[in-house]
Amino acid sequence: MPTFTVDGKQIEFKQGQTIIEASRFAGIEIPHFCWHPSLSISGNCRICLVEIEKMPKLAISCSTYAAEGMVVHTQSQKTVEARNAVMEFILINHPLDCPICDEAGECKLQDYAYQHSRGESRFEEIKVRKEKRVQLGPHIKFDGDRCIMCSRCIRFSDEIAKKNQLTFVQRGDKVTITTFPGESFDNPYTLNTTDICPVGALTNQDFRFKSRVWEMSKTDSVCIGCSRGCNTEVWVRNNEILRLTPRHNEDVNSYWMCDKGRLETFKNVNAGNRIDGTYIRSEGQLQKVSWNEALHVAAKSLKDYKSGEIAFIGSAYSTCEDNYAFVKFAKSLGVANIDYADHIISGDQDDILIREDKTPNSLGAELVGVQPGSSGMNILAILKAIKERKIKALYVMEEDVISFDGEWESTIGNLDLLIVHASNENRTTALADIVFPASTFAEKNGTFVNFQGRVQRIYPAVATEEMDRALDGMEMSRWDKFGTEFDRWMQGHKYDSKPSWKIFVALSQLLGLKMKYNLSEEVFADIANTISAFKGLDYDEVGKHGTQLKIKQTANA
Amino acid sequence: MAGQKREKDLNIFEKLYIPEIAKGMALTLKNMFRPNVTLQYPEVKFEPPASYRGRPVLVQENNGVERCVACGLCSRVCPALAIEVQASETDLEKERYPVKFEINMLRCIFCGFCEEVCPEEAIVMSKDYELVFKNRNDAIFGKEKLLVPVENLKDRLEFLRKFK
Ligand code: SF4
Ligand code: SF4
Ligand code: SF4
Ligand code: SF4
Ligand code: FES
Repeated sequence: MPTFTVDGKQIEFKQGQTIIEASRFAGIEIPHFCWHPSLSISGNCRICLVEIEKMPKLAISCSTYAAEGMVVHTQSQKTVEARNAVMEFILINHPLDCPICDEAGECKLQDYAYQHSRGESRFEEIKVRKEKRVQLGPHIKFDGDRCIMCSRCIRFSDEIAKKNQLTFVQRGDKVTITTFPGESFDNPYTLNTTDICPVGALTNQDFRFKSRVWEMSKTDSVCIGCSRGCNTEVWVRNNEILRLTPRHNEDVNSYWMCDKGRLETFKNVNAGNRIDGTYIRSEGQLQKVSWNEALHVAAKSLKDYKSGEIAFIGSAYSTCEDNYAFVKFAKSLGVANIDYADHIISGDQDDILIREDKTPNSLGAELVGVQPGSSGMNILAILKAIKERKIKALYVMEEDVISFDGEWESTIGNLDLLIVHASNENRTTALADIVFPASTFAEKNGTFVNFQGRVQRIYPAVATEEMDRALDGMEMSRWDKFGTEFDRWMQGHKYDSKPSWKIFVALSQLLGLKMKYNLSEEVFADIANTISAFKGLDYDEVGKHGTQLKIKQTANA
Repeated sequence: MAGQKREKDLNIFEKLYIPEIAKGMALTLKNMFRPNVTLQYPEVKFEPPASYRGRPVLVQENNGVERCVACGLCSRVCPALAIEVQASETDLEKERYPVKFEINMLRCIFCGFCEEVCPEEAIVMSKDYELVFKNRNDAIFGKEKLLVPVENLKDRLEFLRKFK
């Protein structure tokens, strides 16, 4: 490989790589505003200036290609002076807004102002004012004062979201961002611009002013909005999710996620309708009872039915671990009527990220065996059998079957027993005989398999009653570390819920069936032992970015 | 031990005691005519100087609005984690304001860091030192207790302009 020198360090590069790219790969970060690894080069901010030997002037490292034998200095006096000067220029019209700006704490301009500027302003004139609080689109507020005209948002919109919606208008120090006349910035990916905007000019309407970034903990997770399974970070304060952001994974979602996934997949976690504890129907009403009682009643009632009279419906929203324990439990009861429902919105798909399968784990559910056993019924046959009163007991895990269609709704009354795991109240829980509270994706360890056959890990970001942030190794904010039960900012509610697999373990014990796991790792180890696609895997192997399963790629992958 | 010389033996006058008693009485007498420094607290209250660091309070402008923009810096800098701020959006020009601002007076150590870090001069140390609570919850002061009209804080604000 050809090499060049940066700050005295010999660095390898690929032909066609820019200085900034190659240096970054070698661990030397050159300051940049307008350059982004996934966007085209614009070269307008000039903060990335470096000194290159034998070149008459400083050059911008984001658009200068590395060449054999080149000698680059990123810390020489000339470079540092130039960088400070550029910072000073950018700050001329930048308002002193940090106290009210949401970007503070994760702002490139703020960081670089600490690292590279003179530390004080020589500019005594009046700053140019632009429009503030402009609603650019349904989810985004724009602050013209703060914009440093890097054009990242414009390029993102053109190149990644493939919607040419944003543009610069005016000239000189009046330049500002706007949408084209009559257009709204409303493509399905707009909120990614709030992540890549190096300053706080573009803010997420939904998260705006909710929290300082340094007050939250962030936990690696995976979006449950569709079968893409974008890698995400879950930001939590006081045991409440405040926002999701995408996490870089070149094999799945690059730096991006869609607005729907970002805004709509976490709201149910802190919603008022969470199932909090176990419920049993008595005298026509769901009554809260102890776990012990609910488990006993469930175990006893299941014993009243022949295996042919029972059906199990799993869920592509649940993890592989949940579904595996679910199948194991059903099979050890002798039940073969096992299936799950798909949630495909045909046509709602693009060639960017969004997939028409709106669940995160349908492939995983299938792989771990959520499908009719030999001579078992599939979901349509189950519905028919309920109608004919052949199936008398239905066990539903994390699925709202009644909302599927009118047929389910009118048929469900035929059942003698309906046991449901659910995280939130829904129409199915309203009719259930026994309801177990299921932990959401944000409250458990586990894995999903996305449409590419990539298995990816989720981690608990929100604590339930059975969890302790410190003891369970969860991510902790400063508040979490030092808070006591007397601090109001530590009193966020912990729901009394468990991951579904734990509920099956408890039921199995009561029924004398063989299933004993203490940790989700152990369930996964069992999956790896019994299911060939997962062979040889464990949580370490899956890691932070997932790993490709050895299965045949589905046709549309 | 007998016969061992002590570090300081009393001389004859001291052994007599009388002159020493007279000296003591003279001192007492002198002080009786000096100005009185003891305050009959709580009947008489102590009025601290502007440099005094009593409980931190929020400055309320004349129009009734707090100066605070809920930037959360005081909360971040507070070594005792006494301050909780919840920001929200307002139509006012400042855009951002605290819907909730709570100081846990059981945590506060009166260090004044919050005052020092505040970019808006919105939180200042007051002269209020009387802090009594019957339970933990009463010790958490919300906005209703924290907001103090700017006139009542003139002393401190002037002091800060001079010395900060
Ligand atoms: S709004 Fe942000 S991303 Fe867009 S040009 Fe301005 S600073 Fe750059
Ligand atoms: S594309 Fe799918 S997985 Fe990615 S953020 Fe959107 S809904 Fe979530
Ligand atoms: S530092 Fe000042 S402006 Fe910021 S939250 Fe505290 S009191 Fe309000
Ligand atoms: S005075 Fe010190 S301890 Fe008290 S609230 Fe302010 S920063 Fe915290
Ligand atoms: S990063 Fe190179 S000019 Fe902006």
